[in-house]
Amino acid sequence: MPALGVPTERVPALLRASIALPAALFAWFCSLVPRVSSGETLHWEIGWIPQQGIALSFFIDGLSLLFALVITGIGTLIVHYASEYMRGLPQLPRFTAFLLAFMLSMLGLVLADNLIALFIFWELTGLTSFLLIGYKHEDPAARRAALQALLVTGVGALAMLAGFVLLGETAGTYSLRELLAGDASLAEASHYPWILGLVLAGAFTKSAQFPLHFWLPNAMVAPTPVSAYLHSATMVKAGVFLLARMSPVLGGTEAWSVTLVGFGAVTAVYSALASVTRTDLKQVLAYTTVMALGTCVMFLGLPGEAAGAAHSTSAVAAMAFILVHALYKAALFMAVGTIEHSTGTRDIARHGGLRHVLGPTFVGTALAAVSMAGLPPFIGFVGKELLYSSAYESAFGGFALFAIVAASVLIVTAAMLVAVVPFFGTMKQSARDAHPVTWQLWIGSLLLGLLGLVAGVATTPVFQGLVLPAAAAIAPVPEHFEPGLWHGFNSLLLLSLATWATGAFFFWLRPYILSVPGALLDRLPVSGDRAYDATMDGIARFSTALTRHMQSGIQSRYIRAVFATLALSVGATLVAKDAIHLPSQIPSVTFGEWTLVAVISASVLTVILSRSRLLAICALGVVGTAVSLIFLLRGAPDVAMTQLIVETLVVVIVAIVLLKLPDFRNEIRQPLSERWRDAAIAVAVGSVTSLVLLAVTAQPPQLELTEYFESMAVPGAHGHNVVNDILVDFRAMDTLGEISVLVLAAAAVCALLRRRTRYRVDRFHRLQRRYAAGPDRARASEEDA
Amino acid sequence: MNTLILRETTRVLFTLILVFSVATLLRGHDAPGGGFVGGLIASTAFSLYIFVADPKDVRRLVRADPLKTAAAGLALAILSGLIGPILGGRPFLSGEWVEIGAVELGTPLLFDFGVYLVVVGAVLTFALEIKEPGAAPAADSEE
Repeated sequence: MPALGVPTERVPALLRASIALPAALFAWFCSLVPRVSSGETLHWEIGWIPQQGIALSFFIDGLSLLFALVITGIGTLIVHYASEYMRGLPQLPRFTAFLLAFMLSMLGLVLADNLIALFIFWELTGLTSFLLIGYKHEDPAARRAALQALLVTGVGALAMLAGFVLLGETAGTYSLRELLAGDASLAEASHYPWILGLVLAGAFTKSAQFPLHFWLPNAMVAPTPVSAYLHSATMVKAGVFLLARMSPVLGGTEAWSVTLVGFGAVTAVYSALASVTRTDLKQVLAYTTVMALGTCVMFLGLPGEAAGAAHSTSAVAAMAFILVHALYKAALFMAVGTIEHSTGTRDIARHGGLRHVLGPTFVGTALAAVSMAGLPPFIGFVGKELLYSSAYESAFGGFALFAIVAASVLIVTAAMLVAVVPFFGTMKQSARDAHPVTWQLWIGSLLLGLLGLVAGVATTPVFQGLVLPAAAAIAPVPEHFEPGLWHGFNSLLLLSLATWATGAFFFWLRPYILSVPGALLDRLPVSGDRAYDATMDGIARFSTALTRHMQSGIQSRYIRAVFATLALSVGATLVAKDAIHLPSQIPSVTFGEWTLVAVISASVLTVILSRSRLLAICALGVVGTAVSLIFLLRGAPDVAMTQLIVETLVVVIVAIVLLKLPDFRNEIRQPLSERWRDAAIAVAVGSVTSLVLLAVTAQPPQLELTEYFESMAVPGAHGHNVVNDILVDFRAMDTLGEISVLVLAAAAVCALLRRRTRYRVDRFHRLQRRYAAGPDRARASEEDA
Repeated sequence: MNTLILRETTRVLFTLILVFSVATLLRGHDAPGGGFVGGLIASTAFSLYIFVADPKDVRRLVRADPLKTAAAGLALAILSGLIGPILGGRPFLSGEWVEIGAVELGTPLLFDFGVYLVVVGAVLTFALEIKEPGAAPAADSEE
């Protein structure tokens, strides 16, 4: 891997030091295993927005503990692996920060008690995933994949938020613990179909279910530690986690079972088929990840023999499979990353005989692949037997069994593709060019591979400590549940034997048959990836057309549009609400006020009739000044004073602007017809405003606030000027907001004006042309990745 | 625009208006006035000056960058609001008062002075930047 930046020895040291965080968390979660597996639920709470009943509260039960252990345990290995894998690459501290930020968000997601908090953490994982996929931001494919992942999961997450709000309002609580403790299934609620659909939209996009799976294989442009961690072991499982969490609340209905089993089965079979057609090692693994996610979704949806009740052995099978998959998949991803690090390529066809060069990596890969293929005595075998038996026992027996067997056969083939082709056979060029790797790059996959073996041998403690408590959070676990390596010769064992044989047979025939499904899949008329492009192009084209239509760039048109809209909308409201109250009698007006009215009228006429812009501006200033005098006569000296100064300043600043304009002509050359149209709009706005004021003053005045401020001015705010007391004391927060806007406006003026005008205009037109030509169509085709 | 009469008048008025603006600011709590109006009055003084003098001369006279002045005013307003929470554990922007002889001094006055600075800084930025845009920061130019 080429060194893109200046490597410093300090940076990997920093990275290695940052392992302390996930390692410490992992140790802490491990220490909780005995308490949680005995049925205890741990709980913490910090008030956040107490007025809305939103608290930052966390709880740990079997389900969240299983996920937390996977997140921190694999996180420790990944951070350690990345410290070597990413050595010499630029912006390593930032990368590590993103990785750790992701880990904490993911932990928050699985531990959160409040639905809104869960949503926030959910979005944070999406955001950190965006940053990590787009780590190589010079690469257009990486940018596209990052944005695609963010948008697809983000849209799903917004739907999920809507579902959460409906759920919370229907159930009367946003706390997951209360939802689960109340054993109130929402299946009978009137909004149930909406809640289910919206929550499933979030889960399915996050966990890459067909047909929205496409972002996950594209996300493989990320550095391999990211793929191993986020896009196989943890983040993509968030959807599965959510389904497991929601299962007692939303599950058990026909809609739940049919949707989950349907989507899950199609996803599992489709992606298992797609995985064996790929030639990029990471793509093979990515599709097998999608297969695993589909499998989990399917088994979370499987109903038991007794209709209605959630199926408990399938929940155990799903949880066991999550553990199995996390162990072997992270190991395989790290091994593939090591192959690429050492040889510079991930193309299967260019590898061969690597076992002579990358010995320990080969051992790790082989152990993980055997677990993936489900051979005894690995944990993968236990997992697969459980999948088979619970599918067989479920109400959807035949269909579920067919789907899981078909997917498993292809997964055996995929496991052999990854573990056999690169390492065996004659040494190819890549093996001869390979440079040896340090221990940091193989220790992770070797450890996880061995763990798969250990967990397979020590099945009982693993299930008692981790899997059964997790499954118990989903559905009641049958008593005396004893998973084991050996169940005697039965039909399921025969099915396993057939699975291995068929998978190996496909592998043997791979030069002849594997190109067929690939060609078929590529010819599918619709693909999610292409639909995504079409949607994005459509949005860009629509907004271009809309912008061209709406943004003429001519100031007077904007002002006309704003004022006409104001007059029309407010006028229509006045008429519709029957709110026009003309005063029954004309109030008495003093001589002084009549004089001001005369001055204002004369100035307005001057503004309209003047052919000199400067004169018009000054006349407008006179109007404002006269109005401020009315304020003064009516006993509002503060308002009058401010208005007076503002009018003065406006005239001065507009005069400065006018004199600085490059082609300023003092003479107004506007056709009379346009002036009449503008006058009509102006009269309409003025009339509507007057009518609104009349309607407001017709109401009896509400004096509570006035009385409060007047009585509290001296004792509360130590001042006799109530207006000023309100500004700087009672309502100082509002003033603070206003002066913040003022500072921002000043900064914006600097930003806009401190450029050479000509240059800005040219650049604007160039950008406009570029956007009109359509969005960046850089496409990260999977084959090129 | 730059006539002899305007120039000579400005010379006298400039100081007078500034003094008046500070007076307006200080009396604001008990009589018509306050930071906002005071700031606006001071701005008219500077605007008058910008009319008759070269913007460079104005910048030299003011010394402080107007935008930074506005930002400092905002910071002052926020800080004045923090005194209550820090000293008395009261909510943000609570007024805190001390009596020195017959004069009462309080954090709202600091807040008002912040408003004054923001208004002067912002208006001065508008007027100066429009009359002659300042030099773009080096990092900003992509020629």
